[in-house]
Amino acid sequence: MALDHDILVWFSKSFGLFYLLALSLIVLVYAYWPANRKPFERAANAILHDDDDKPYRG
Amino acid sequence: MIAELTTNERQTALVILLALAVTGLAMAIAGQGDPFGVHGALVMVVAIAGVFTVISGYYAPEPSDSRLDSYYDTPTKFGIVVAMIWAVIAMFVGDWVAWLLAYPNLTFDAAWSSFGRLRPVHTSGVIFGFGGNALIATSFYVMQRTSRARLPDQLSPWFVLLGYNLFCIVAATGYLMGVTQSKEYAEPEWYADIWLVIVWVAYFVLYLRTLARRKEPHIYVANWYYLAFILVVAMLHIVNNLAVPISWGSAKSYSLFSGVQDAMTEWWYGHNAVAFFLTSGFLGMLYYYMPKRAGRPIYSYRMSIISFWGITFFYMWAGSHHLHYTALPQWVQSLGMTFSVMLLIPSWVSAGNALMTLNGAWNKVRDDAVLRFMMVAAVFYGLTTFEGSFMAIRPVNSLSHYTDWTVGHVHAGALGWVAMITFGAIYASVPWLWKRETMYSPRLVEVHFWLALAGTVIYVFAMWNSGIIQGLMWRTYNESGTLAYSFVDSLVAMHPYYIARAVGGVFFLLGTAIGLYNIWMTIRTAPRAASELAADRPVLAGAPALQAGE
Repeated sequence: MALDHDILVWFSKSFGLFYLLALSLIVLVYAYWPANRKPFERAANAILHDDDDKPYRG
Repeated sequence: MIAELTTNERQTALVILLALAVTGLAMAIAGQGDPFGVHGALVMVVAIAGVFTVISGYYAPEPSDSRLDSYYDTPTKFGIVVAMIWAVIAMFVGDWVAWLLAYPNLTFDAAWSSFGRLRPVHTSGVIFGFGGNALIATSFYVMQRTSRARLPDQLSPWFVLLGYNLFCIVAATGYLMGVTQSKEYAEPEWYADIWLVIVWVAYFVLYLRTLARRKEPHIYVANWYYLAFILVVAMLHIVNNLAVPISWGSAKSYSLFSGVQDAMTEWWYGHNAVAFFLTSGFLGMLYYYMPKRAGRPIYSYRMSIISFWGITFFYMWAGSHHLHYTALPQWVQSLGMTFSVMLLIPSWVSAGNALMTLNGAWNKVRDDAVLRFMMVAAVFYGLTTFEGSFMAIRPVNSLSHYTDWTVGHVHAGALGWVAMITFGAIYASVPWLWKRETMYSPRLVEVHFWLALAGTVIYVFAMWNSGIIQGLMWRTYNESGTLAYSFVDSLVAMHPYYIARAVGGVFFLLGTAIGLYNIWMTIRTAPRAASELAADRPVLAGAPALQAGE
């Protein structure tokens, strides 16, 4: 099947729109999901408190 | 350096270098009488020098297991110094071509010193030489700290760094010999491109291996930005450089694409190089070094996530704004324009997030030139992304395109944002890495800051003026409906601004040279007794992880 210009335009204008809306929604839900609040805060603060400056050895 | 490698790694290094030397030899033989052969000889000489270096340290005792108690920072140190050397060279060439535009006779009638060959030396030198090395070096630093994991081995960071610099050298020397595939910011020819793919994949794998060893459950957002930089640049580089060489012994190749498809592929690459090389990676730098230096967590971690995905989704589609009013279908132009305008949201979220992080620490910004570098970078990031969204609007673009306004815009971003955040990150890391209390001369950091800021402002104002005058002169019609000014008229009108721009460049270059001197002197100054550097010492068992003063 030849992927002609009209098909490409139709695909961009339909699927393109909805997949971006969906992705935006997923990102917003992830960022504001209440359970994620703690790990985010921990991550934001963790970089300030690595005074020992040495790697973990497991 | 060799002493830090295990015996296995030394052997692997030898195998890699021998393979490289053989490849160089084959290139030199196949490409006799062509710049390709010169590059083959260059690769071979570099590889043989590497072989001798490894052999000279081959029988040194193996590094002890205690190395695993600290981060592996030698590659970062090397990368920072090399980045600053590239910066001085490439900014010198940049200022040279700036004077060349004001005084065209400065080529001295040599082919290698013509504008068309020197300009890519400047652009590749600053973007890949300076920016790339700084990104690789700081990414090694940041990924280890934020993962609390040491790099998985000692060889691959060196393969990435040295291999990357070999690419930069092949690129720059190629331009001087006239080797180019004439795609902006993707000038290196097919063999250099293939080498970069190998190096880049090794970089990506190294990053993932380090992250896989992480102790922190959540991957800190700076790593997302660095990873996006690595992954997307690989994708862009491979697709845009798909080409067929005219023979195995020639530097010349032809792109797989032609006409408007070629133009679209190139600017899909070109604008995403701005997005993922010059923005994403440097935002990674910002999100680590700015909170660290200010001693405050990022204002909103959520905002940093939202702007990350915003930047990643939107930038992909913005490239076509480089092709307004061309043979590119109108809807594709409109798509690029729309996404460019939408990009303002995640961009300003990032810039705002950075500035809000400093809110409450303005006294530190006032006293600390290093933090001020980062603050100014965030301001210029905000300004430039606003300007970029604005210039992508089709009617605005009809005035700005092909004029010096674009050049001014690029430099507001490159000098004001990219270089400033890099200097800030480098000045922050150098004392940490070399276990010094401060830089050799905080006063010289201050001098560098003001020279860099003055240079940027002079440059950008000169180009705004010249660009808008140019744009207006090109669209002014007289009563009979023909153009009021010839192209040469507009060129004459540019002359004073070209001189002003070159003077701004001198300021910026001087600042960078002072920075390199300051870093060099910091490295050479004797370290303070280790006990005085409490902040960078391993904690004794049982000591609280949180120490006083933080």
